[in-house]
Amino acid sequence: MSKLRARLRKWREAVEKRLPPWRSRALAVSLLVIGIVLPFLFSPSSAFMNATIIAVAYAVMSLGLNIVVGFAGLLDLGYVAFYALGAYSLGWLGSGFFFKAQVHALVSPVASTLPGVHLNFILILIGAALICAAAGVVIGLPTLRLRGDYIAIVTLAFGEIIAVVAVNGQGIHVGGGMTLTAGNLGISAVDSPYFPGIGSFSLLNLRPWYWLIFAILLVVLFVNLRLRDSRLGRAWVALREDEVAAVSMGIPLVRTKLLAYSIGAAFGGMSGAFFGTYYTVVNAAQFQFGFSIFILAMVIIGGLGSIWGAVVGGLALGYINNYLIPVVLNNLPSKLGFNFQLTSVEFGIFGFLLVIMMLLRPQGLIPERRRRLELTAEIAPADAQLAEAPGTPGGGT
Amino acid sequence: MSSIETPPPASPAVTLSVLRAEHVTKTFGGLVAVNDVSFDVPEHSIVSLIGPNGAGKTTLFNMLTGLYRPTEGRILLGERDITRARPDVITKHGVARTFQNIRLFGAMTAVENVMVGHHARMRAGLFGSIFRSPWVRREERDTREHSRELLAYVGLREPVFDRLASHLPYGDQRRVEIARALASQPKLLLLDEPTAGMNPNESQALTEFMRRMRDDLKLTILLIEHDMKVVMGVSERVTVLDYGKKIAEGEPAVVRADPGVIEAYLGKQA
Repeated sequence: MSKLRARLRKWREAVEKRLPPWRSRALAVSLLVIGIVLPFLFSPSSAFMNATIIAVAYAVMSLGLNIVVGFAGLLDLGYVAFYALGAYSLGWLGSGFFFKAQVHALVSPVASTLPGVHLNFILILIGAALICAAAGVVIGLPTLRLRGDYIAIVTLAFGEIIAVVAVNGQGIHVGGGMTLTAGNLGISAVDSPYFPGIGSFSLLNLRPWYWLIFAILLVVLFVNLRLRDSRLGRAWVALREDEVAAVSMGIPLVRTKLLAYSIGAAFGGMSGAFFGTYYTVVNAAQFQFGFSIFILAMVIIGGLGSIWGAVVGGLALGYINNYLIPVVLNNLPSKLGFNFQLTSVEFGIFGFLLVIMMLLRPQGLIPERRRRLELTAEIAPADAQLAEAPGTPGGGT
Repeated sequence: MSSIETPPPASPAVTLSVLRAEHVTKTFGGLVAVNDVSFDVPEHSIVSLIGPNGAGKTTLFNMLTGLYRPTEGRILLGERDITRARPDVITKHGVARTFQNIRLFGAMTAVENVMVGHHARMRAGLFGSIFRSPWVRREERDTREHSRELLAYVGLREPVFDRLASHLPYGDQRRVEIARALASQPKLLLLDEPTAGMNPNESQALTEFMRRMRDDLKLTILLIEHDMKVVMGVSERVTVLDYGKKIAEGEPAVVRADPGVIEAYLGKQA
C-alpha cells in the first residue's frame, strides 16, 4: 500500500515537472470557461441545473465559513445565523413584507408599483453583506474573547437564538401592524432579481440564476485568494497556530478575529440572500442547527483552511444533497427491495461520508498547502538528515 | 536579605532607562508570584534576570509584555505608562520577545514567521489586501525581502527559509524566533532563556551574537538566563529574583559575591 503510494507520488512529481510553469493559470482559465458555458450543456430548467445552482451557493457559504474556521481557527457552530440574516435581508428589502413602506430602487416595472421595500438585487446583496458583517461584530465582540471550545459553544447558542427569533418573529411588532419575520409561514412573493436590459429572472429558465451565483462565487473566491496571502491572512493563521505568540508579535487579538468572523458572516449573508430569492420564500424552518453542521462538513471534507477545498467541498455536498441522493439514487433502496427512500436517510449518509473521510483522508480533498507540507513529503529530508548523522553533536545548527 | 544598589556601570554620560518597573506585584489567587519588584533597564545595555526556578522571572516578563496585568505597581517604557496596555500595543511601542519554550507558528514557513513579526510595522488593511494597490504590493515585497535578510542575519541559510518552522532543528527554531522578534524593530528585546538546550559552543556563539545585535541594531536586551557563564559574560547588570522578590542587583561580579544570592542558589550554609 505505502509502496504503491510512493510510486504514485513519484509518478505525479514526474508529470508535474514536465508541465509548463503557466499550468496553474491555464487550469484556472479553463475552469472559468467551463463554469461560464456549463449551462448550455444542460436544459435550462433541468434538475441538474437546479442542483448546480444550489451547489455553487453552498460553495459561497463554505468559502465564508472557511475564513472563520479554516483560516482563523474559530470553530463556529452557528453559521446558519448568517444564512438566516442574509435571507431575511432579502425578505425585508425585496418584497412586499413591509407593506406600509414605499421604497423602490432600480427594480422591475412590476415591482416598482407594489407596496413594500423593493431594491435591486445587487443593492440587497450589498445590504445583506453589511447587515451580516455588523451582526458578526455584535455576536463576535462578547464571543471572541473566549478561547477554543468556548467559542464553539457560544456561537452555537447564537445560531439557535437567531433561529428561534426567526420562528417567533411574527410576534415581534415593528410598528404599523408589521412584524419582524413571518415565522414558519414564510415571507413569500419575494422579488426575482431584475437587471435593466435582461429583465426579471424566471424559474422556467435557470441559466441567468446560475450565472448570477457563479459571479458571486468568483467575487468571493477572489477576496479569499487575496486575503490568504496578505498581512491579514498571515495574522489569522498566526492566531490559529499560537494565540499568545501572535499577540506578542503585535497582532491585535479581538480586532483580527472580529474581521475574520464578520467577513465570513458577510459571505454567508450574500449566499443567504441568493437562496432567499431563488427559493422565492424566506421561511424560518430553513434555519436549523443541522445546516451549520452541514456547511462545516463542506469545509472539513474539502480541507480545513484550503480555499479550493472549500469550493470542492461545497460543490460535492451540494450535488450529493440535491442531485445524487434525491434524483439519481433515490429509488435505489426500493429497487433492492427496501421500503424507504434514500432522501430519508441523507443525514446518515453525510455522517458516514464524514467518518470515511476522516479515516482515509483527514486533511480533506484538497488540503491546505501548509497542512500538506506538514503531513507529507517535506518531513522526509529532515528525518533523513537526522538519521544519517547520529553522532554529530548539535547536528542541526 | 541584603540589597545592593549600585549605579549602572561604566556606560558613558547620561543613561536613560528604556524600561522601568516600579513596585510591581502579581498575585495568582493567594500565591504571590512577583512581590514588589522595582528595577530599570538602562538604554543600550544588556541586563540579565536570574533566580532559581519558580522565582517569578517569566511572570515578570509576561507583565512587561502585557500578557499579564500587574496586581500592583506600574511599568514605564521610556516615558510611557504601559502597565495596562495590550500586548500588541506594547509590541508596537517597541518591545519584542522570545519564549522559553519556543512558540513559532508551526504551520508557517520560517520566512512567513518573520513576516508575521512585521505585523505591527505594516499598514495593509482589509481593503488594501483585497485590492492589492501598488503600495501594498511594495510593502509585501519589502517585508518578504527584509524577512530573508533577518533570517540570514541570525545565521540561517537559504534552503531553510521556506521550510515549515516545525520541521526545523531546535537550534534553528531558536534563531527564527529571534529573527521574528527583531522584525518588529524593537527598542527593547526580551529573551526568555535563549540558550536553553544549547551546548557550550552554541551558548558562546549566542553570547557574542547578543552583543552584536545590540550594537548593530541599537537594541537594549533583557534576558532571563540560567547559564551563569552566559550571564557573567554578557550582562552589564544582573537582577536576582527569589520567591518573587528582588534580592540583589548590580554588576555581575558584585552579584556573584552577594551572600544572599549564594544562599538562594545553594541553600543556607551551616
